[in-house]
Amino acid sequence: MTTVARAARPTQIGAPGAKRLVDQVLRVRELALLVILAVLVAGTELGNHRFLSTQGVKDLLLNAAILVIVAAGQATVVITRNVDLSVGSTLGITAFAAGNYLRGGGSPAVALLLAVALGAGLGILNGTLVSFGRVPSLVVTLGTLYIIRGVDSIWVGSQEIVAHDLPGGFVRLGHGGPFFLPYLAIIALATLVALGFYLRSYRGGRELYAIGSNPEAARLAGVAVRKRITAAYVLCGALAGLGGALYLARFGNVDSGTGSGYELTVVSAVVVGGVAFTGGSGSVYGAALGALLLTTINSALPSLGVSSSWEGAIDGFLLLAAIAVDRLVALRVARVLRRRNARHG
Amino acid sequence: MVDATADASSTVDTRQSRLGAVVRWDVVVALLLVAVLAYGFAGVANFGSTINLSFLLGNTVAIAIVALPMTMLVVAGEVDLSVGSMAGLSSALLGALWNANWPIEYVIPLCLLAGAAGGLLNGLLVTRLGLPSLAVTIGTLAAFRGLAQIILGANAVTDFPANYLSFGAGRIGGTPVPYTFIVYLILLIVAAVVLHATAVGRSLFAIGANREAAFFAGIRVRRLKLAMFVLTGLVAALAGIGWTLHYASARYDNATGLELSVIAAVLLGGVDFDGGKGTIGGAVAGVLLLGTLQNLMSLADVSAQSQIVVTGILLVISVLGPRVARQIRDATRRRT
Repeated sequence: MTTVARAARPTQIGAPGAKRLVDQVLRVRELALLVILAVLVAGTELGNHRFLSTQGVKDLLLNAAILVIVAAGQATVVITRNVDLSVGSTLGITAFAAGNYLRGGGSPAVALLLAVALGAGLGILNGTLVSFGRVPSLVVTLGTLYIIRGVDSIWVGSQEIVAHDLPGGFVRLGHGGPFFLPYLAIIALATLVALGFYLRSYRGGRELYAIGSNPEAARLAGVAVRKRITAAYVLCGALAGLGGALYLARFGNVDSGTGSGYELTVVSAVVVGGVAFTGGSGSVYGAALGALLLTTINSALPSLGVSSSWEGAIDGFLLLAAIAVDRLVALRVARVLRRRNARHG
Repeated sequence: MVDATADASSTVDTRQSRLGAVVRWDVVVALLLVAVLAYGFAGVANFGSTINLSFLLGNTVAIAIVALPMTMLVVAGEVDLSVGSMAGLSSALLGALWNANWPIEYVIPLCLLAGAAGGLLNGLLVTRLGLPSLAVTIGTLAAFRGLAQIILGANAVTDFPANYLSFGAGRIGGTPVPYTFIVYLILLIVAAVVLHATAVGRSLFAIGANREAAFFAGIRVRRLKLAMFVLTGLVAALAGIGWTLHYASARYDNATGLELSVIAAVLLGGVDFDGGKGTIGGAVAGVLLLGTLQNLMSLADVSAQSQIVVTGILLVISVLGPRVARQIRDATRRRT
């Protein structure tokens, strides 16, 4: 075990100078997101003083919580140089499954577990297809996006679950919380910290980064690539399932269209948060900040009197700007390093 | 397999490539299409009626048109997921400008220009910044649809000039062939010739097979890819105009999800997602197979939701099938 861990490490160490520089840029990235977020919140508060009231902060956190959870799962998959486009469909079908169970008089805790388990099951399907079929994850999960959505639509039909069908305790979970801190935000934060710690400090987490940096090198270093990728998909599916159950608790309203198109928002949040599509870099904290930024922009727009129909365009252009800036920074870093090497060598 | 053990490994390779040439994936799909069509004409009431065939062709033509440049793009190792949104943007633009009393003779070229501009944006981000086309076009997928929503809001514009509407929805005399299908056939011939009989087409295959090698062979990789993205945007805008006139309605959410059908059809037709392999004929067979299956399912009262499942399963099979076949082949070869 120690051999494997040691063998996987050189990918991170590389050239020490390069690592320090890249580290700095990454830290700057998360810092930059925080600064943008602070400016955005402060600016909106100046324009509309109710924005930062207790209720306002609570709304911001409520809006971000579900996206943070699903984006953290997506980030785990993207770190391995894959992607899961089926999260929106998974969120929809798990929300309905939980709602359907609760409507029949089930207990909220079991409903939550049911949603997570169903999500994990769909993650196994995706992970198996991607890792054992060795097919491009984008195409496979595009396919499962269709399949899960279709099955969901057949199952749900024209039914609809409304808040009235749900037990009071479950609905309180989606709205309540101490002070300005909603339960949803506490769950999201706990998930984030646990996942972030695992990715940072455990062998399994480090191996996900190793796979994303260089799948072939990871395989040669003895990483069980297929197993790890499948595990990342299972985690992503489970968190999408958790997101589904919490969606139900928060909005109380689920039909066959729930969560469609959500995958784009999730992918935007992850990429804006600095988790690169090329794998091996970024953190779940960055993804969470990206999610927080997107939802805060979307909450700020109406407060500033901008039509909510701008949401889609802003999400899209923000994603484009994020990947373009990432690339430009990377090119600049590479140029600086080359110049420094030329000077010293 | 028996003589494969007797021969040297090099002859095994040639034998297998010869075998591979006979059972090519696109030929399999074409045969499947013929079988499905034969079943439809012989076994399904109303399938062969003029009106049903015109529905089939009319509903498929937007996917079929966009599949042509998409095939070229995928052959060159890139992909454009923003085509559905671009079609929606062109539809919204058409509606908004027509509503603002612009003459339609100006509006349509403007929509096409917008498509080319969108494609240029995709292409510049991919070729100049070296970004992955998946990431870029997921971004523009959201951005273009968002712009469409800003331009037209929740409105629907329907009062287009009658002669344009009858071109979009009408068909030639008593045949089941829509006018728009003629446009498609012309583009199909152009695309087939360009991809399979010109230096540009060979260059696209070379880029998809090995970008570095193509570059060192003197192919202008970035310029060619940029041109392909512009072309794809232009054709997507054309499909959006066709869609608007066919259904006589300009809405910002027109052609939502078109990219999924197009990519499903292209991959089903044997175009390799990794680039360097594929034929226009295969893509056409894929489009028609998907369209015919959907039409047959509608005739059999299969719900639209179940049809989504079938499309998804076909997409997974079309990428999984060839690879699993290759893995099995490799495994048996290793054992011998």
